[in-house]
Amino acid sequence: MAGIATVVVGAAWDIVNRCQVPRFVYNDLPLGNPIGKPWDIAMQSHTMDRALAMLVDAKTPTAEAMPHRFSSDDRWKTTYMAVTDENRAELRERGEENRRQRLLDKAAGLKRK
Amino acid sequence: MNYISYIERTKAFYAAQGFDLPYQWSQYDDVPFSPMSKRLSDACIGIVTTAYRDQTTPMMARQAEAVPTEDAPTNFLNDDLSWDKETTHMADRRSYFPLEYLKLGVKSGLIGSLSSRFYFAPTQYSQRLTIEHDAPAIVRFAQEDTLDGVVLVPI
Repeated sequence: MAGIATVVVGAAWDIVNRCQVPRFVYNDLPLGNPIGKPWDIAMQSHTMDRALAMLVDAKTPTAEAMPHRFSSDDRWKTTYMAVTDENRAELRERGEENRRQRLLDKAAGLKRK
Repeated sequence: MNYISYIERTKAFYAAQGFDLPYQWSQYDDVPFSPMSKRLSDACIGIVTTAYRDQTTPMMARQAEAVPTEDAPTNFLNDDLSWDKETTHMADRRSYFPLEYLKLGVKSGLIGSLSSRFYFAPTQYSQRLTIEHDAPAIVRFAQEDTLDGVVLVPI
């Protein structure tokens, strides 16, 4: 059976390219808005136009970055998952809570097999 | 290009939470590539999303699903997924779920048709669950719905 053509539209350049996929349209935007900024229909349509063109035209694995930007500077890139002196203790506690919750989920039979 | 290295950042973030073994991200040398078998104007296109519509099912119990496209929520329930909640919001589903775009494409004749279902891919920690269960399920859904092309949008 012939395979099905696919294209990934994503915002994590390093993760998708490490895995490798047949077609990848990348946006340098925050995780959560891989197609375009919220309410920015022109940006979203531009991304999707490119994704569909790549779906049809690509003959070999292809990855391409869109020129879109989230804001005029890159300050937003510093905060996601940042580890700082201010949140270090909170992160440690979050890890402890996570491990406690996993044990509870497992005891409740919530683990997938 | 000044992209964020999510791999490095995630490693540091979870190390700070006391998880000693870093996650092993998927890495393949070969990519199975399928060309489009039809013109776009004759093709049936589907959407795969990692956005979820029902938070009553705990993350770790979620499995691949095919959902009638007409039941796609205006607002998916993404609060327990990982995305940049400090910088942005997901109140506009078009920023991660291209249903309106594809519907317009069908109307204008750019696209042949839109699948009657969309597909949910859970973001699993376990690659085994993705490879052995969720990915084959989504391939089955795509074959049942005779898709020609799929747009996958991980949030």
